[in-house]
Amino acid sequence: MTAEANAKQTWSDAVAGVLRAHKDRPGALLPILHGIQEAIGYVPDDAVPVIAEELHLSRAEVHGVVSFYHDFRSTPPGRHVLKICEAESCQAMGSDQLVQHACSRLAIEMHQTSADGAVTLEPVYCLGNCALSPALLVDHEVHGRMTPAKLDRLLDGLRRKA
Amino acid sequence: MTRIFVPRDSGALSMGAEAVAVAIATEAVTRNQAVTVVRNGSRGLYWLEPLVEVETPAGRVAYGPVSVEDVPGLFAAGFLTGGQHRLSLGPVEKIPYFAKQERLTFARVGITDPVSIADYEAHDGFKGLRNALNLSGAAVVDQVTTSGLRGRGGAAFPTGIKWKTVLNTQAPQKYICCNADEGDSGTFSDRMIMEGDPLVLVEGMTIAGIAVGATQGYIYLRSEYPHAARALDEAIRNAYAAGYLGASVLGSGKRFDLEVRIGAGAYICGEETAMLESLEGRRGMVRYKPPLPAIAGLFGQPTVINNVISLASVPIILDKGAEFYRDYGVGRSRGTLPIQLAGNLKHGGLVEKAFGVTVRELLYDYGGGSHSGRPIRAVQIGGPLGAYLPESQFDTPLDYEAFVAINAMVGHGGIVAFDDTVDMAKMARWAMEFCAIESCGKCTPCRIGSTRGVEVIDRIVANRNRSDNLELLRDLCDTMLSGSLCALGGMTPYPVLSALNHFPEDFA
Repeated sequence: MTAEANAKQTWSDAVAGVLRAHKDRPGALLPILHGIQEAIGYVPDDAVPVIAEELHLSRAEVHGVVSFYHDFRSTPPGRHVLKICEAESCQAMGSDQLVQHACSRLAIEMHQTSADGAVTLEPVYCLGNCALSPALLVDHEVHGRMTPAKLDRLLDGLRRKA
Repeated sequence: MTRIFVPRDSGALSMGAEAVAVAIATEAVTRNQAVTVVRNGSRGLYWLEPLVEVETPAGRVAYGPVSVEDVPGLFAAGFLTGGQHRLSLGPVEKIPYFAKQERLTFARVGITDPVSIADYEAHDGFKGLRNALNLSGAAVVDQVTTSGLRGRGGAAFPTGIKWKTVLNTQAPQKYICCNADEGDSGTFSDRMIMEGDPLVLVEGMTIAGIAVGATQGYIYLRSEYPHAARALDEAIRNAYAAGYLGASVLGSGKRFDLEVRIGAGAYICGEETAMLESLEGRRGMVRYKPPLPAIAGLFGQPTVINNVISLASVPIILDKGAEFYRDYGVGRSRGTLPIQLAGNLKHGGLVEKAFGVTVRELLYDYGGGSHSGRPIRAVQIGGPLGAYLPESQFDTPLDYEAFVAINAMVGHGGIVAFDDTVDMAKMARWAMEFCAIESCGKCTPCRIGSTRGVEVIDRIVANRNRSDNLELLRDLCDTMLSGSLCALGGMTPYPVLSALNHFPEDFA
């Protein structure tokens, strides 16, 4: 089997497993998409018809849901996802400078992945850590009272980690 | 065995509480000291996080903000018996920020182990539910109506009236949906409850279910709150095991099941009908009303939709009585509001107070002024759709009607402070931009108006056809206000117009 076929086999097993676990729940589509993204990091375009058939939906309906929500992605992200809060409270505490700093350090724009594949940079609108703004999220961990210097240490750590 | 409390609240974790908890446990082993580390909620004094409390014979004493490096020194100073250290804060109850509060909904947050049924019961937990089980559904609804509780999510609709509609609508299946999609910047009280006292939400939803005859509850939780998801899941599992949820709640023969559903990063899903669409597995597109969700909501069935704080305020009302709760507050704003102090403030955090406290008291007596040390120039209250207030309006009391009178809104009670470096034209532009990013796209004023709004503000700031464009911006805001399907398009003009009216110099 080619590497590509191998990868596809892996994700189709994961998709089938998630579908089995959730498809009979009322309103199953969001739990299914979360499950798939949790398992393989994104929702492959080729998985859309499989999900649609299993839930008796049209492909357009499934694609519509995947594309509507900020959380769901159709392509694999970097090894780590860095989300910087750009909502008002964090703006009041200098999140603009933080975003600029992250972009220049990683040499990318928002919604892009660094050339070494280590970090995908995304905006987020509120992490509920507004008493400790500015805040950001690294994978599943929130960090408060962020500064460019603290961000540098975080980024160095992420790029060292595989 | 000394009990040490290190919060599991995500704000505390964002300042390193996890590593502190590990360091304390490790140091205790090294020193052969018997300790139990309890992972509590946050007391809401965020500038002191990680705030560590030690249970001593003389009561709980606090230390903070504690870093991993401080841990050996704390042990050396004898903090297990309340010894003095440079991080000593004394009892939290004596810190003025905390002492002056009126904590009803937040009575247990930061004090108990959030997922422990025994701890919850020992602190008045489930008393409201036990009372509700001895009343008719109509009597429970009456209590909630009499308490004066209004929707804490922002719309301030009387909770009891909503419940009554669902109670009186006949259907084979009814639902209780908790809107936990707390997307407004500057708000975090829902998160604090779910992480710090999730059982109060479980209890509030169960009471709602029993009152209106709903057997299934859903908590629609935003994906940005993974720690809240974990705490809720643990709390729900424990509540099932103890018989507070399931086929026969406390042996009453009444069923109530509860499940957490995770959103996917769409601000619009905080709008109640978009939330229902999302729960049903579709794009979060706003529905036309009528029908009201109370009559035809989730899966077309009668549905109570309440914010986390509304539901979490129900147990104390059923425990201590509607009058007890109603006696707090002013005018038609009854009870307390968990206010969130955010943005550029020295002492950001959670302040639960009876309605009537002024913005100025909150910013200076509690918030301690700006974090940067510069003058506070503007505050935004009620999230990204809330108006900006200039200093001349800081004496406005937190009261739904007083805010309406100045074209502002209390909303979910989040206050975001900005110092004098803020550019209010930029904030107005951001309000339009955010609306464009998050619009569901169903109605034209919101979908297209927001994008045109960004362009018009850009032209004003660039001084192109200034007076014409100012008129156009006001006209556009009027269209969005009157013509949008929901509050996103309908209220984006609030921050825009308040910025323009109160800070015209920034648009020059």
